[in-house]
Amino acid sequence: MISVDNLSKQYGATPVVDRVSMSIERNSITVIVGTSGSGKSTLLRMINRLVEPTSGRVLIDGNDTAAEPPHLLRRRIGYVIQGHGLFPHRTVAENIATVPRLLGWEAARIRARVDELLQVFQLEPAEFAGKFPHQLSGGQQQRVGVARALAAEPAVLLMDEPFGALDPIIRAKAQEDLLDIQRRFGTTIVLVTHDMDEAFRLGQRVAVMSHGCMLQYDRPAVLLTRPADPFVSRMTGIADRAMRLLSLTTAGEAAVPGSADGPAIPASASLRDALSELVWRGVESAPVMQRDGTSCGRLTVATILARGRPG
Amino acid sequence: MASGTARRPRIDRLGALVTAFGAMALWLPFVICKPNRILPGDPRSLLEVLPPAAAFGCYAGLLLVALAALTVSNARLRLAAALFGVIVVTMAVAAAGNLLTPAGNKVVRIAPGSGFWVLLGAVGLMATDAITRLRPRPAVRVLLLALFAAVAALALAHGTFDNLSVMREYAVNAGRFAHEARRHVWLALGSLAAAVIVALPLGILCHRVPRLRGAVLGALNVIQTIPAIALFGILMAPLGALAAAVPLAAQLGIRGIGAAPAALALFLYSLLPVVANTVTGLKRVSPAAVEAARGMGMTSWQVLTGVELILALPVIVTGIRIVLVQNIGLVTIAALIGGGGLGVFVFQGIGQTAIDLVLLGAIPTVALAFSAAVLLDALVETMDRARQ
Repeated sequence: MISVDNLSKQYGATPVVDRVSMSIERNSITVIVGTSGSGKSTLLRMINRLVEPTSGRVLIDGNDTAAEPPHLLRRRIGYVIQGHGLFPHRTVAENIATVPRLLGWEAARIRARVDELLQVFQLEPAEFAGKFPHQLSGGQQQRVGVARALAAEPAVLLMDEPFGALDPIIRAKAQEDLLDIQRRFGTTIVLVTHDMDEAFRLGQRVAVMSHGCMLQYDRPAVLLTRPADPFVSRMTGIADRAMRLLSLTTAGEAAVPGSADGPAIPASASLRDALSELVWRGVESAPVMQRDGTSCGRLTVATILARGRPG
Repeated sequence: MASGTARRPRIDRLGALVTAFGAMALWLPFVICKPNRILPGDPRSLLEVLPPAAAFGCYAGLLLVALAALTVSNARLRLAAALFGVIVVTMAVAAAGNLLTPAGNKVVRIAPGSGFWVLLGAVGLMATDAITRLRPRPAVRVLLLALFAAVAALALAHGTFDNLSVMREYAVNAGRFAHEARRHVWLALGSLAAAVIVALPLGILCHRVPRLRGAVLGALNVIQTIPAIALFGILMAPLGALAAAVPLAAQLGIRGIGAAPAALALFLYSLLPVVANTVTGLKRVSPAAVEAARGMGMTSWQVLTGVELILALPVIVTGIRIVLVQNIGLVTIAALIGGGGLGVFVFQGIGQTAIDLVLLGAIPTVALAFSAAVLLDALVETMDRARQ
């Protein structure tokens, strides 16, 4: 668990981050969202002490991060930045091996870990290990950047606009991959973005920042239904907030007992997609089914609409 | 397309230029025959010095080279033709020296004339152009240079050119030549090494502390604008005073004139290119790579040596190349204040109006600077290829 305790950063008289406190659960994805200049990147960089706080402290599993030399702290925390920041003079394998080498792992262990990560990120080791970053596509470079950050099996992964340089289709794929990776390794991820869609898609908890202050920090549904501040409403969007809310719940969660005709809707589909499907078919209800074929009951337009309202 | 080119061969533009130069050279004296090293001599054409058969053989060979220069587009063939031309021209001048020197006569001087120099320039231009068109890899360029140096060394050792005026001057000055050549190289390399030791940390400091950058680069720029002779003069007074005040300094050879002010001036001139290129090289390093390196837990020393300097190295070595070539030339002037080096022959030759002695100093200086440029360019390109 990461505890951010009354953390501030000032440059001269200007506060960039102003007395922020938050508690980040283990094995979760937390997204910090805000406009540019909101202090979200500075807040993230204070967690691994790339920026030293003016006041306040950060505890990881109860230990004050200020107690340890910053470069040793950073070797235990994964870090991914926009534009990947791969070393152009090192191969893919050498890039991924950076932190294990700093930690003095044995060569055989490093090689095994690099191969494992390349496979996880769908990069065939025989083909990609010896390539240089400039020989990769943007999406591949981004995946190597994440693999490099995960190389030494860090418990915490910090990501600063990691998908900002990708085009929309590759970005959606990268977001899916990140959710898979998080489930697979159980890493605690803190991700900074200015993209509310990304925040809603990835974040179990979302923090909204503006002018150095944390306006609200809660589950995405709560940000929509009980915004703490007009700025939060503006950030989450007012026109399509009902659809956003529907996108946060799956068909499986909302299904009620009963049966219906027609092809089944997958339990993992969001209510937003389920509603779209029902409108398209022109029916009032449809069955819901798990991937393994067990029935979850049915979903009606009325149950979906009820879920798209606050309270 | 290919058949069209074969039917109507295009005239090569550079070939036309080379041929025009070569044709012009035929009207200029090929050698100058002087009764001794100072008196003016009478000009002789190729036909006047070589037996007719040999002279026409040379003309025929040069005509072939000109034809190749005008019509052949294959770069390898052009290079072969140009090198053949170099051999013809140098062998002709060597033969002229041997034929015009009466046996046992050490006074008469056979000097290469303007015709020879223009011809050599023309075939040399054709050769460098052919090499440029071939785009050889850095290793091949170094190999070519080594090959060329080996052939030249063999010819000199064999005594091929011994009856030419420059080699006559060499024969008289052989002992001093070796000494001054060593001194020349030491002054150029030593001042460069000292400059790199100071300039590299200074450049890193300027990169880290932007406020320092303007002041340091500004001061070094001012030094760079002082003419070399003026700087030697400026340094004479303080170094002379230092030698007078501190006996140890005088014992170490630090005096107002001699190698000390020369080395110091060269050192000062060397600082700007290395500092400026270090700053530029470090500035060019991707900020994302540096940020990532820090974020992954490299110490600032590891970031500097493992990422920043390595990525900046091609630019830094480019600065070192500029300094080395510049120093090899500047050392020549150091002879004016008793610094030694090949410039000694240049200034002596000017003093005695003995142009052959000037060449004895100038030709090796040019060869040194040229070789240094080829070697360091190859090094920079190798590093650039490795790091993209």
